[in-house]
Amino acid sequence: MTPLLEVRDLRISFPTGGGRITPVDGVSFALERGRTLALVGESGCGKSLTSLAVLQLVPAPGVIDPSSRIRLGDTDLLALRGEALREVRGRRIGMIFQDPMTSLNPVFTVGDQIAEGILAHFDVPRREAMARAERLVGEVGIGDAKARLTAYPHQLSGGMRQRVMIAIALAAEPEILIADEPTTALDVTVQAQILEVLDGLRESRGMAVLLITHDLGIVAGRADRVAVMYAGQIVEEAPTAELFERPSHPYTQGLFASVPRLEGPLSRLTPIRGTVPPPTAWPAGCRFRPRCPIVHPRSETMPPLLDVGPDHRMRCWLAEGET
Amino acid sequence: MSPAGALLRAVWRRMSGRIGVVVLAAMITGAVAGPFVLPSPIAQPDIEHGGRPPSLAHPMGTDQLSRDVLARVAGGARVSLSVAAIAVAMSIGVGALVGLFAGYKGGAVDAVAMRLVDAALAIPRLFLLLLLLALWERIPLVVFIVAVGATGWFGTSRLVRGEVLRLRESEYVAAARALGGGGGRIMFRHLLPNAIGPLLVAATLGVGDVILLEAGLSFLGLGIQPPTPSWGGMIFDAREVLVTAPWASVFPALAITLTVLAANLIGDALRDAADPRSA
Repeated sequence: MTPLLEVRDLRISFPTGGGRITPVDGVSFALERGRTLALVGESGCGKSLTSLAVLQLVPAPGVIDPSSRIRLGDTDLLALRGEALREVRGRRIGMIFQDPMTSLNPVFTVGDQIAEGILAHFDVPRREAMARAERLVGEVGIGDAKARLTAYPHQLSGGMRQRVMIAIALAAEPEILIADEPTTALDVTVQAQILEVLDGLRESRGMAVLLITHDLGIVAGRADRVAVMYAGQIVEEAPTAELFERPSHPYTQGLFASVPRLEGPLSRLTPIRGTVPPPTAWPAGCRFRPRCPIVHPRSETMPPLLDVGPDHRMRCWLAEGET
Repeated sequence: MSPAGALLRAVWRRMSGRIGVVVLAAMITGAVAGPFVLPSPIAQPDIEHGGRPPSLAHPMGTDQLSRDVLARVAGGARVSLSVAAIAVAMSIGVGALVGLFAGYKGGAVDAVAMRLVDAALAIPRLFLLLLLLALWERIPLVVFIVAVGATGWFGTSRLVRGEVLRLRESEYVAAARALGGGGGRIMFRHLLPNAIGPLLVAATLGVGDVILLEAGLSFLGLGIQPPTPSWGGMIFDAREVLVTAPWASVFPALAITLTVLAANLIGDALRDAADPRSA
């Protein structure tokens, strides 16, 4: 089966005073219809930029390298311009953002903003758009949908606003939903509800979800596959269950060791030493080397993605000993 | 309640805003109703006996040509307020458009537009108008209004551009773009409506400015041409009878002061309401 969305060798660079930096450096992944892929990593690892590149929303002066490929079905997304590009944005790929407090236009009602997305992509009368908006508001789990349509964003809680954001993103019935840290700004209790909503919609609509997050905790049980990013590269990729069972890259292992566990014996949390280096200070060879507790003898050369198991790859020379 | 409704309500809640609204409403009422209930502002019923003090028949007295001062103040309100309203609407509209495009397009469009605005701002508005009025004697009212409007939008364009630069980085603009919004939709649906607060403030303060400007020019005999009544022109006409018939210049002066004050009070109240930090 050909994947719905395929990103191959994505490179995004920015000119800076001290030369070019490449905060996304050779990222490849595939997303299949009806599945969820999680891109996991710390701030600055390039995960958000990767998701923005899919819709050509990389902020200036960032440049997507011409050798990069992003395909949506048969469409070359990076070749689209103007009207054709706007047709994909929203209509085929929807996107929700991190902060529901600032992602809604404060001067229009919720109903207006959802209907706007419908009217932009479908040739329907306004009354029909409003009726659809009402259904969407119900679908994302907001009670008393009719009354909520006339509310302004400031009258809603954070969780409600994120639901509205999801409804806006769904307005044009996209095949893919990109969720960039959809729950980071929300209370933990609300986080779970929002993730439930996303999961339910994926199932009922057969939509694919690209979930961008720094939180391994919300990935478990939700994503089908996980790609862990570090310093602009994918360092480990596997089906979720496999990754949670056998985290293999030292960075992934470090992430797991720094999160408290409910089961098993109590042990001290082990933080990963050091901090993520900025793109200007990435070391040659393996980019995790300065922080790695193991440091493979060959790590002065950049390792490629190597197989560690069936459908499980990582960017570490240690994989060679395991297979 | 809609944000616009909330803003208006907040203005009314403030004492300064309420006073301003009441005074301005009174002026508008006088301007609209005046011609129907008052004598003609240009009639000279008793030219031999002009300059009568206020009486029951002429509550603000008569001027040196025996014209009713109240009727002329009301007629002047009609002219001054419509000049101000139209000229300000024009400069706000042009300023908003220029600022919106410059801020949204950025780059060369922005640089060129803003340097031109810088250059225009370097020349005082009064000089620009004086130049025009010196070249075009007995200028038609419409041309005068257009000239005032065309010289008033520079500051507004800078204001709107600044707002747009701030707003275009906001997440809802990014969201609109991610969901397929084009440039026009983003500018007129997401950027402009969110810049409406500062625009309203600029508009009300602009009304005060234009009224003063028009009064000043008319006082110099360059603005509104007689016999059309204008507040500045009335003060100019009455300067020779300033001592013997002060009411002929005091009342139009009072009208200018009250109207400008009212506009500024509303502007201040709007600003406080739109930006709680400055309250």
